[in-house]
Amino acid sequence: MNFLLINFFLISLLLVTTFFIFKTTSLISIVALTGAFTLLCSAIYVNLDAVDVAFTEAAVGSGISTILMVMAAAKLPEGKKNKLINLFPSIILAVAISLILIIIIANLPLLGDPNAPIHLHVVPEYLKESKDFFHIPNVVTNILASYRGFDTLGETIVIFTAGLGVIALLTSNTLNRKTNFKKNKKNER
Amino acid sequence: MSNFIYFWNHFAFILLMVGGLFIIITSQNYLKKVVGLAIFQTAVFVFFVSLAKVLDGTAPILTKMANAYSNPLPHVLILTAIVVGVATSALGLALVLQIYKNYETIEEKEIESLELKSDK
Repeated sequence: MNFLLINFFLISLLLVTTFFIFKTTSLISIVALTGAFTLLCSAIYVNLDAVDVAFTEAAVGSGISTILMVMAAAKLPEGKKNKLINLFPSIILAVAISLILIIIIANLPLLGDPNAPIHLHVVPEYLKESKDFFHIPNVVTNILASYRGFDTLGETIVIFTAGLGVIALLTSNTLNRKTNFKKNKKNER
Repeated sequence: MSNFIYFWNHFAFILLMVGGLFIIITSQNYLKKVVGLAIFQTAVFVFFVSLAKVLDGTAPILTKMANAYSNPLPHVLILTAIVVGVATSALGLALVLQIYKNYETIEEKEIESLELKSDK
């Protein structure tokens, strides 16, 4: 019961943080609130027994992501209090998506149900083989490295491609139409 | 009422997902749009991890004392997805910086009006 109450409290804090991210316009507050958001997420993961995910979220999501956003926000101008765009279509979209998801979620098993279908199929074998065959006590590491090694290789390729994209974007000085336009604007002054 | 506290994670998943989508569509600031994308992804992560939880279970690290473990498979999937999500937002931030270099603003309507002016 204690676990459920802590979970309720942390998830509610997450929703409040999301609301304030939606409301604020100052860039540095958005970045700080995003850091708080990811830290709350890692607390939720610890409470839900996902310790490896919590490690990754605290190191990568809360650490590197926040550093990148601070570095970007330092180079960008202060956010302006502009009014929201596309308000009417996005409200319709939000209501439609919520209705569809509520219909789906009504049929899901309750939180922590040990007889849910997800717990019955492959995972008992993974737990058993981890102990008897691989002798690795941490099952998450075992699945990540030995059962699903190619998945991890694909992830590495994705990160490499994203890194190449970031370098190509940040070092490009090609004069395109937009840059010519900017030069014209400077000449007008 | 007792069922509600069990369903709270699923409701929060809906609210977070729709909230992230709402931030992406309605805000004009491009950095805020990147943050909205991160919220949208995090909603899915929290949902997956809460599906993996077993009541009275422990973290999936094998010991002699525990007799029930949480499901390790969604943890592995989310471990991969978190790192890919950070790569996505890094690429998005690089795009935003490049847009700022070319237009000297990152507000959507201002860029639109500048584009219309340059076409004339």
